Amino acid sequence: MKTVRIPPTLRNETGGERQVNAAGGTVRELLDDLMHRFPGLRTQLVEEDEIAPFVNVYVEGEDVRTLDGLDTPVYDGSTVILLPAMAGG
Amino acid sequence: MPSYRDLLAQVRSEIEEVDAAGAHDALLVDVRELDEWTEGRIPGAIHIPRGFLESRVEQAAPDKAQRIVLYCAAGNRSAFAAKTLEELGYDNVASLAGGYTDWKRNGFPTELPRSLDGAKRQRYSRHLLIPEVGEEGQLKLLDSRVLLIGAGGLGSPASLYLAAAGVGTLGIVDDDRVDATNLQRQIAHSTETLGDWKADSAKATIEALNPDVNVKTYKERLTSENVDRILADGWDVIVDGADNFPTRYLVNDAAVWHELPVVHGSIYRFEGQVTVFAPGGPCYRCLFPTPPPPELAPSCAEGGVLGVLPGIIGSLQASEALKLGLGIGESLAGRLLLFDALSTEFSEVTLRRDPDCPVCGEHPTITEYIDYVEFCQGRPTKGAPFEEQSSSKGITHA
Repeated sequence: MKTVRIPPTLRNETGGERQVNAAGGTVRELLDDLMHRFPGLRTQLVEEDEIAPFVNVYVEGEDVRTLDGLDTPVYDGSTVILLPAMAGG
Repeated sequence: MPSYRDLLAQVRSEIEEVDAAGAHDALLVDVRELDEWTEGRIPGAIHIPRGFLESRVEQAAPDKAQRIVLYCAAGNRSAFAAKTLEELGYDNVASLAGGYTDWKRNGFPTELPRSLDGAKRQRYSRHLLIPEVGEEGQLKLLDSRVLLIGAGGLGSPASLYLAAAGVGTLGIVDDDRVDATNLQRQIAHSTETLGDWKADSAKATIEALNPDVNVKTYKERLTSENVDRILADGWDVIVDGADNFPTRYLVNDAAVWHELPVVHGSIYRFEGQVTVFAPGGPCYRCLFPTPPPPELAPSCAEGGVLGVLPGIIGSLQASEALKLGLGIGESLAGRLLLFDALSTEFSEVTLRRDPDCPVCGEHPTITEYIDYVEFCQGRPTKGAPFEEQSSSKGITHA
């Protein structure tokens, strides 16, 4: 199991959970698992089968776009951070 | 028993003495007393009084092979000082023959060091005690100019701490007025300034805190039309505490083109993000190339924010801005710091410059200001509207 941190703007879709477990060996599998369980996340994370351009996904602190994108491997114990931009000030 | 004259003659015979030409390209160390130093010195010299030479020189000149030329008033104390440095293992040391007196008499350049007056020495005493700041650092802060975008949640604590620290000039851009909903977190304002311009309200608070600070207010919304005029007033650092995406992208593009560092902070509910976008990248567009559709990005006015959160994030912004002003430490450039107040956790992710970034990349495609409001309204999304959606309204500062 891997831990995924859910940002505040997406928590309505996860029943308020700030952190959820997800299964999968790659970012793609992890997101599929998440979106299967929390279907409301789909439109907020994915566009045309890619990570939506306004969301960043980090595995161990690195943006997966600088790694292998959706095919980036995720190992047990890894923390995955979903990070949309926020503008509040 | 040798007399002072004998000892001086012996020491002078054992050390190297140089004239003004020999001081070229060396680290100049003035070993005179403070009162002599404050009456004039050789430009570029550092000051280590003779009595502190052994204890302080290694911090000032860690490389013992470095060329060092010492001077005093006439060349006697510096001869003894040169001997001492040789005993400490410095092997490229000389004493300036004739000292500062001959230097000045022969018409070489001198300068009066700037120093803090008694009142400033007292006000900033806790800074002066820190070796990384000291009098020189404090003078740098007093000379520095920081532009704050927004005098709201983030701008309030950031501006107050920068003012307290003695940043000499603060610019405040905000087109909003203080209302009652601001006072749960915007500590630069008060019940008494309800209805006033935030820029004026913050200016009054800052001036009461520290009259050394010159505050320049811009009671206008930052736009593509006025941004160059405001930046032309000359700023060293921008602190971005705006509350909307169009302003954030505008600040980014302007800062990249003007080669200014931006200390970025943003907040929502219990969470905050802080980083520094330094010239050369990565920039805000490398981090978030596309703004989220408005319905997926509620503002604090729509979703709320814990009152103390901007206090934490805005203070971190002030800390980063002070470090940039002083030129010390490691900034958050290349790192995005995330804070979660509910779990009291900080975490960090890496930011990398995107070589394809439309603004700071290798082949930029955006080279002039765009319509940022339109850019942030973006494409129609297929997503379900966010519960607290609003955002057909225009942009506002916090």
